[in-house]
Amino acid sequence: MAEQNTITFIITRQDSPDSSPYKETFKIPYRKNMNVIAGLMEIQRNPVNANGEKTTPVKWEMSCLEEVCGACSMVINGYAQQSCATLIDELEQPIRLEPMSTFPVVRDLVVDRERMFDDLKRIKAWIPIDGTHDLGPGPRMDEQTRQWAYELSKCMTCGVCLEVCPNVNDKSEFMGPALLSLPRLYNAHPTGAMNKSERLDALLDDGGVSGCGNSQNCVQACPKGIPLTTSIAAMNRATMIQSFKNFFGSDTN
Amino acid sequence: MAEHREFFYRRLHSLLGVIPIGLFVVQHLIVNHFAVYGEEQFNTAANFMANLPFVLVLETFVIYLPILFHAVLGVYIVFVARNNAKRYGYLRNWLFLLQRVTGVITLIFIAWHVWETRVQVALGNVEVSFSLMEDILSNPFMVAFYIVGILSTTFHLANGLWGFAVSWGILQSPRSQKVITYGTLLVFVVISYIGIRTIVKFAYGI
Ligand code: HEM
Ligand code: FES
Repeated sequence: MAEQNTITFIITRQDSPDSSPYKETFKIPYRKNMNVIAGLMEIQRNPVNANGEKTTPVKWEMSCLEEVCGACSMVINGYAQQSCATLIDELEQPIRLEPMSTFPVVRDLVVDRERMFDDLKRIKAWIPIDGTHDLGPGPRMDEQTRQWAYELSKCMTCGVCLEVCPNVNDKSEFMGPALLSLPRLYNAHPTGAMNKSERLDALLDDGGVSGCGNSQNCVQACPKGIPLTTSIAAMNRATMIQSFKNFFGSDTN
Repeated sequence: MAEHREFFYRRLHSLLGVIPIGLFVVQHLIVNHFAVYGEEQFNTAANFMANLPFVLVLETFVIYLPILFHAVLGVYIVFVARNNAKRYGYLRNWLFLLQRVTGVITLIFIAWHVWETRVQVALGNVEVSFSLMEDILSNPFMVAFYIVGILSTTFHLANGLWGFAVSWGILQSPRSQKVITYGTLLVFVVISYIGIRTIVKFAYGI
């Protein structure tokens, strides 16, 4: 099993946001139980490609190393996933690493997920609790709802659901699955519910809930197992009711 | 409403697919099925439909305008997707792709079908009758074209019912979405049978 002693990476690299991408192959020594990031660290330590030429170290992003921050997402052997949580032993060789294509590349495997952060602002993905005086403790949430809401709160804006969605691309304004699920989380919170109609109105805007075409890739790909398609269907219903209220309702919605 | 234009158009597109277009398609296939009982029955039924009061108004508002709107926005929706069913080959993703492919095939089929029947009738070149369809379907190529066109339309409608129910927030739980997937499969089989059976009669007389 001589094969087992080295690992081959084929990495899609890009030197700057405007330059064109190219592929570079690396061979690194095998160790047991490595994740993809351990492989990238090895390349960083000794940036020599498979032809024995010295090159620049490959750039990627990471923070938590335990699949909770979402920074390290990339396309590994064709599937968008977290490089910290993907084990080399479970991958076919050569291992192909590419940056996620939905986002602008900053350098190599580093992408700019800013569009998601902008959309978090559009959908008001927070619960306003600040006032000019102490507002006191908010209403309590029952335990069953809390446990359910916890599952939705696992979203780490990693971008994988946008990457796998056929409707999120440069031809469409669609904000993507994660951004349709989060309003459901904040609307379920007793204090957050006070801004419910504002969040639903944001989903009714162009690029909101109407961008979904039900390919349902998101729920398959989400690394946190968030019931994204259930959320989307629930928001389909809520925005539909909201739009009826907006049109037929009285002056308070 | 003005600010939520995309939402409004997309939900209208979805609704029109079912009411009236979907209902019309089912009605059309069922009425044509009279052919199976015999030439006379078909001609009576077709004449009844063709001589409904206000037929042009009915056709315009129940058929032409809704299909035109659905088709124009539909082609746009097809264009803004980047399909990836090869890479992410889940069932729903394939159905998503098929919904788009059958939309385009259906558009071509409907255009040709309307040209060859309704437009020719309007120009006074032919009359709606059993023998008109028999003539058209005496060509084996046209038989294949009609079968593909009908299957494409019935698939698009059946799978579209599921999409409608999800887009309008009727089906939310994964379980309901799954059960109705089987339900729409049944719809597909049943209306395809009705359509294809009629073609067999016109083409082979059985
Ligand atoms: C007999 C004619 C047709 C019928 C009965 C029909 C019916 C439907 C129905 C019921 C839906 C589901 C709506 C939804 O997904 O929310 C749908 C969706 C769709 N239709 Fe049609 N349709 C027809 C023709 C066409 C044509 C000619 C096109 C043009 C290419 C087209 C393109 C589409 C597309 C792209 C969708 C998916 C929309 C989405 O996912 O948001 N359809 N259709
Ligand atoms: S480094 Fe945080 S999710 Fe991978």
